[in-house]
Amino acid sequence: MPMFAAILVGLLLVWLIVNVAKDPADFVTVFFIGLTNGAVYALVALGYTLVYGILELINFAHGDVFMLGGMISATILTAFGLEASASFGALAPAIIVSLLVAMVACGALNATIEFVAYKPLRRAPRLAPLITAIGMSFILQDIALAWKGPEYVSLPAILPRSEVFRVALGGSEVVYTWNKLIVVIITVPVLVALMWLVQSTKQGKAMRATAQDKDAAAMMGINVNRTISFTFLIAGALAGAAGLLYALYFTQVRYDQGFQLGLIAFTAAVLGGIGNLPGAVLGALIIGFIQAFNEGLAWHSPGSDWTQSIVFSILILILVFRPEGLLGERTPEGA
Amino acid sequence: MGRAGRWISAHWWALLGRLGFGKDRWLALDRNARRAFKTFFWVAVGLLLIAIGGVWNSTALYAAGIVIAVLIIPWRRLPFGQWIVPLVFLVLAVLYPFYYTHLFGSPIFGPAPGMDTMVVMMIFTMMALGLNVVVGYAGLLDLGYVAFYAIGAYMAGWFASSQFADRKIHFGAVGITPSAPGFHISIWLILPAAGLVTALIGVLIGLPTLRLRGDYLAIVTLGFGEIIPQIARNGDNFFGTGFNLTGGTQGLTPIDGPGFGNFISEHTGLPANYLFLQTADFYKAFYWTALLLVLFTVFCSVRLRDSRLGRAWIAIREDEIAAAAMGVPLMRTKTWSYATGAFFGGIAGAYFASFKSATFPDDFFFNISVFILCMVILGGIGNIPGVIFGACFLAYLNQEGLSNIGGWLNGHFGPGGTAVEVWHKPVDVPLYNFGIFGLILVIVMLVRPEGLIPSRRRAAEFHEGVHDQPLYDVSGPGG
Repeated sequence: MPMFAAILVGLLLVWLIVNVAKDPADFVTVFFIGLTNGAVYALVALGYTLVYGILELINFAHGDVFMLGGMISATILTAFGLEASASFGALAPAIIVSLLVAMVACGALNATIEFVAYKPLRRAPRLAPLITAIGMSFILQDIALAWKGPEYVSLPAILPRSEVFRVALGGSEVVYTWNKLIVVIITVPVLVALMWLVQSTKQGKAMRATAQDKDAAAMMGINVNRTISFTFLIAGALAGAAGLLYALYFTQVRYDQGFQLGLIAFTAAVLGGIGNLPGAVLGALIIGFIQAFNEGLAWHSPGSDWTQSIVFSILILILVFRPEGLLGERTPEGA
Repeated sequence: MGRAGRWISAHWWALLGRLGFGKDRWLALDRNARRAFKTFFWVAVGLLLIAIGGVWNSTALYAAGIVIAVLIIPWRRLPFGQWIVPLVFLVLAVLYPFYYTHLFGSPIFGPAPGMDTMVVMMIFTMMALGLNVVVGYAGLLDLGYVAFYAIGAYMAGWFASSQFADRKIHFGAVGITPSAPGFHISIWLILPAAGLVTALIGVLIGLPTLRLRGDYLAIVTLGFGEIIPQIARNGDNFFGTGFNLTGGTQGLTPIDGPGFGNFISEHTGLPANYLFLQTADFYKAFYWTALLLVLFTVFCSVRLRDSRLGRAWIAIREDEIAAAAMGVPLMRTKTWSYATGAFFGGIAGAYFASFKSATFPDDFFFNISVFILCMVILGGIGNIPGVIFGACFLAYLNQEGLSNIGGWLNGHFGPGGTAVEVWHKPVDVPLYNFGIFGLILVIVMLVRPEGLIPSRRRAAEFHEGVHDQPLYDVSGPGG
């Protein structure tokens, strides 16, 4: 099978190189779009990977928590009454307030879901919490449907679209705008804070210990249930931050978008090696680039109609041929 | 029972104990007496509710009599006893078109389901029984079952419509003008062909993926369940080549109806073409045919369950490693379960397409996979009567139950409601159908994970946890 994988990656590279050669400016523009997508996916994928790492559960409801984060952010940002291309002084407090509210609300929501739907099933067969997770996902979608209705919830394009830099490249120009940069600027500190939390704090140590061996962790005096709740809280907060970025950048959210984006982010987590935090970020960036290249490049790209199929094909190929992902270690699942 | 179930049970008995009828007095009664008491109690509650909130007529008493007779008499001890209860239900189902308009009206749910709902209920019952082979018998969570339904529906679309207009092949189709372009094969041939093709695709999907376990398999099946409808949606112009395979979002329509042709019709009285019948006869014909398909599925399910293959499935479900150690070939057995489930899904899909005379890519969302899974789980994983009940009930809810309930709720508590005006804008209850099904999934999993009518064996597995490793304990190698 390595042959097959090599041919596939080779074809992909040829396609990318031909595209670079044909229109370098277009390629770089699409690259920046991919980077922005990847930043949003990374936040969602980290939530999947955190929860999977500690409970070995695919939290299907996670994508919908993200969607609700987007709805909450859209509501608060609209309440601030900002116009398109507002000044920085008006923009910063609105973004900070909605970031905090979305993170707290989504964290609390995710921890509540864990308490209601997963905690009573700790000793049940593994498929039981997976099924309740799907059920919770549908319930959250309908909560958003009842709250905001079946249409897109739109908000004004408040992020400035002015350019950060403009470079001439191969006959045309590459423009990098502030709205893309702001998404990255908000993502990076959140990621750094998460890494610090997991690697350097006592609570992070408890999370890692619980993920490795729950019984041993309990014997060492770690409150396993509280650690699991805390993990769900953090994962939900990340989804809330991602929801804010999505609402800011794409300026519209709909009740059923969370599930699809959640599946894409889950694919990213699997691609990077599920349970592995840097892996989730790497996978999210790769998926973000693949999506942007597929939808944006001019020469023989399948186009946005096929994005889902491509992402799910990657998911299936990874699960079948390399279930441990790019950075992960071999788990019993992949036997 | 889950923790919530135990809580309810304990409080119920505490309440009865306070009324002077505690659990010890209840358990001292004879088993049949307890059963009779329970039956009479619930039938009385049901009749009271119908009298208060529904539309009362004498059929309620007949229904009560049938329920009491079925539940109280220990049929299993009589000779051929195990056949009697299914036969009663079968006769009731066959005669349904003749008496349903005279039935009493239930409180909240409203009148008995109409004929088009019954046809859809039967088709979903068939799909749920097919999924039950995969999820219930072999214990493999399949979240992409809708893919098989889609393939079956498109098989009917390709071979019984004018889709491929540059070909002209007619074979046994009824009601087609001789000059019609495209493939027109008899639906009776397409049904098994769709089943076989779907089973083959099930094998192709299964071979690389079935060695994955548990949730990984679930997510891979989900992936296939998303890819195949997308191919259907984009298949009207493959990568700009202009080749129209699936009609894109326009779907394929019209699809030929089933029928027996003029020759058989003249000699036996069977309908020549279902689509040309009067409305009442049209639904009757489709309903009885669907009932026959369900009977065929039930027969296959029962015979397979008791076969060597079926016992191997159940062994894998209970403990994969032990089954492998006993010489059960894991891959082959799992692939067979996948193919069998896909087979029934394909037939049901083709029949559904023929009934609706159309197939659209939007019929095949992930929601439908979960909807069918919900039927299997609600009714009782792995138990045929349970799955039939779950499928009929949920399909009924989706078709007309929810809108009836919504009408009742809005009429009583909505704007200008007869009881109390709680909300001031009518609530569109059917809009929230999947949230309601999700709620059912969560509640069933928490309160009664083995389903409403479980098989005894499956219930024991849920309570003793022999199926596979519980979440909490997954740590060592070998899972």
